[in-house]
Amino acid sequence: MSTIVLKGGEVLDGGGRRRADVVVSDGAIAVVGADLDADVVLDAAGCVVAPGLVDLHTHLRQPGREEAETVETGSRAAALGGFTAVVAMPNTEPAIDDASSVRELHALARTALCDVEVAGAITVGRAGERLTPMAEMAELGVRLFTDDGTGVQDARLMRRALEYAGGIGVTLAQHCEDAALASGGHMHEGEWSSRLGMPGQPAEAEELMVMRDIALSRLTGARVHLQHLSTAGSVAMVRAARAEGLAVTAEATPHHFTLTDASCAGFDPVFKVNPPLRTDADVAAVKAGLADGTLDAIATDHAPHAPHLKEQPFDQAPPGMLGLETALALALTELDLSLDEIIGLLSWRPAAIAGIADRHGGRIEPGRPANLCVIDPAAVWVVDPDRLASRARNTPYAGRKLTGRVRHTLWRGEAVVIDGEAQR
Amino acid sequence: MTGHLRSVDELGVDGLTELLDLTDHMAEICARPIPKVPALRGRTVVSLFYEDSTRTRLSFETAARRLSADTMNFSVGSSSVNKGESLRDTNETISAMGVDAIVVRHGSSGVPWQIAQWTPASVINAGDGWHEHPTQALLDCYTIRQELGRGFDGVHVGIVGDVKHSRVARSDVRALALLGARVTLVGPPTLLPPSLAGWPVDVSHDLDDVVPKLDVCYLLRMQLERQEQALVPSLREYTARYGLTLDRVARLPDHALVMHPGPMNRGVEIAPEVASLPRAVVTKQVTNGVAVRMAVLYRLLGSGVEL
Repeated sequence: MSTIVLKGGEVLDGGGRRRADVVVSDGAIAVVGADLDADVVLDAAGCVVAPGLVDLHTHLRQPGREEAETVETGSRAAALGGFTAVVAMPNTEPAIDDASSVRELHALARTALCDVEVAGAITVGRAGERLTPMAEMAELGVRLFTDDGTGVQDARLMRRALEYAGGIGVTLAQHCEDAALASGGHMHEGEWSSRLGMPGQPAEAEELMVMRDIALSRLTGARVHLQHLSTAGSVAMVRAARAEGLAVTAEATPHHFTLTDASCAGFDPVFKVNPPLRTDADVAAVKAGLADGTLDAIATDHAPHAPHLKEQPFDQAPPGMLGLETALALALTELDLSLDEIIGLLSWRPAAIAGIADRHGGRIEPGRPANLCVIDPAAVWVVDPDRLASRARNTPYAGRKLTGRVRHTLWRGEAVVIDGEAQR
Repeated sequence: MTGHLRSVDELGVDGLTELLDLTDHMAEICARPIPKVPALRGRTVVSLFYEDSTRTRLSFETAARRLSADTMNFSVGSSSVNKGESLRDTNETISAMGVDAIVVRHGSSGVPWQIAQWTPASVINAGDGWHEHPTQALLDCYTIRQELGRGFDGVHVGIVGDVKHSRVARSDVRALALLGARVTLVGPPTLLPPSLAGWPVDVSHDLDDVVPKLDVCYLLRMQLERQEQALVPSLREYTARYGLTLDRVARLPDHALVMHPGPMNRGVEIAPEVASLPRAVVTKQVTNGVAVRMAVLYRLLGSGVEL
C-alpha cells in the first residue's frame, strides 16, 4: 500500500494545535513531523488536519428504503462531510433488533467509505413492548441502542432496559418524545403553527421524556444519551443533571441551532423534521448548551427521504432532513466557538459516547488508526442539492452560503475524499 | 393580470377593498334576467376538491359560468388520486391540458402553496386544512358591509366556537383586521389556537359577557368529533356555554347580525329558531359568495375589458 503525506497543514486534536506534516501508511499514522514526504502528497496548506468526524445519528435507510439512501451513498456523503464513522440508526425496515439484522448491515457496510457503527433497537420491532437481545448484538460490536424515531414510552420498560444495558456495558440513547402529547403534531406548537393552521407538538412533549429519563438514570445509575435535543427546557434539565453528577449525555443537530419554526411558513416539507424546528429562544439555548459543554456532541440526524415523499402535503410528508455534508460547515459558520471546540463536538466527544474512541477521534500520533479529515476553514461555498452525494435531495439549506469545507478525508489510511471529490 | 389567491394577506387592504367594490358589479350582473357576461370566454377553470364540499364548489362553478368560463370538475373520489397519484403529478397533468385557474380544496394546510410550484395556472384557495379560506372571508366581509350599511371602522365581530381548527376564522380575522374591524374570539381554551401572539384580536371565554357588545355574532361549525378528542366534555355542555340560543340572541343589539359559514349544526352552535330569524343572514352569505367569487376570477383571469 502506498504511503500518503498530508503536507503543510496544522494538526488539531485533543492535545491542541501544531504545524506538522502527517504520513500515513498501512492504515495507520506513521510519522508526524516537519518536511515529510511520501508516495502520494495531499496538499493541506492553509488547512487543519483533524481526527475524522463521528456522527452519532445517521439514517442510512438500508435495508428497506433504498430509494432514499444506501449504505454506499450515505457513507459517501459522510466521507465528503469529513466523517470517518457514523452510527447507523436501527429504524430500518425491518428494524435492527437481533443478531442476524446486525450481521446483514455489517455485510452491507463492506461497500462503505467510512466505518458504519450499528445501533440496535431497544425493543423488538421498535414497538416499545419487549427488550431486544442486547447482549447478543453487543457481542457483534453494537455499543449504542435506541428506538430512534420514537421514544420508549413505557417508563417501567425503559427502567428495565437501562438496568439491563448497564450490566453489559452498552449505552441507551433516547429519542425524547411523549407520544400522546406530541400526537398529530407536524411542527413546533406555538406562534407559527397557530398562524399556519398546522397541528403542532409542544416543547413539553420532548421535555417530559427528558425529565423522565434523567430520573430513570438517577434511579438505575445507568448511562443514558439524549438524542437531538431541541428545546431550552431540555438543555436546562441536562445542565442540572450533569451538575448533579448523573451519567447523562446529549447531542444537538445543526438544524436545531440554525433554523426556526418560521421556516415552515412556506409549507415546504423539506423543513419538516422531528423533533421540529423550534423558536429563536430554543436555538439560542442549544447554542449556549454546545458552548458550555452541556451538550456533548453535534449529531446530524441525517434523514434522507425520496423526493416524491417530500412533495406530499406538509402534514403527510415524512419528517427528516439531510445533514452529513453540511454539518461541519454549519457549525463553523453559525457557532461562536473555536475550531478546536467544534472539532471536539464533532469528533472525539461523540467517539467516546459511541464507544469507538480507540479508533476515532484520538490524538494524531504515530501508531494511531489513520482516520483523519483535512478541513479548509476559510473555503466559502453554496449548498447545491443536486451536487450532494446523498441519494435524496431534502436539504433545507439549498442556496445557503457556508464557510468551511472538507478537503480530504482519510479512512483506515485510504484517501476516500481528495480535494472535495469522493474517490469511489 | 395573473397571480394567485391563497391567503387574504396576498390582497392587502387595497386588494380587499377593490374586490369588495368589484363584487358590487358582479352582484348587479347576478340580478339581471340573464345573469351571464362573456368576460372569461375561452378561459378554463378547474375545481380540484380533495375534500368534500358542496357549497363552495358549486359557488365557484356558478361564478365561473356566469362569466362564461369553461369549467372542469376533477373529483378526487373517482380519479387517479385514489390510485395513489401524487399532488404534483395530478397538478402537472391538469396543467398540461391548459387550464387558467385551479380552485383547490384540501384537508392539509399549505397545499395551495405547494401546487403553485407545479402549475402555470392561477391557484385559488378554496380552503386548506385549518389554515385559510380567503373567498369565505371576502363574502363574509361583503355581507357585513352590505347588511350593516357602513364601513368597518368600529364594527365589532365576535367569532364564536372552534377557532383552533377553523380556516374560516383565520381568514376572517386577517380580513376583518385589515379592514379596521374589531374582532373578539370566543370559545373554551381547548378550541382556541395554542398561541395568539400577533393576532389582532381580543379573547373571551364567556359568550354572555360578549353578546351585548357585538355588531356581528359569527358562529363557527362545531365538528361533532371534537368531544372524542376531549376538547369539550360534551356537545350539551358546549351548547350551554357557547351556543347561540334565543336567550342570547335577545341580548344582541337590535342591528346585530348572526352569521355562519355553513353547514350549520342546528341545536349545537345555533338554536334552530335563531337560524330562521331575519338577522341571521346565512343564505345572503351564500348568495354573495357567487358574486365574490366572480370578482376573484375576473380579477385573476380577466383582461380588464368587456364587463
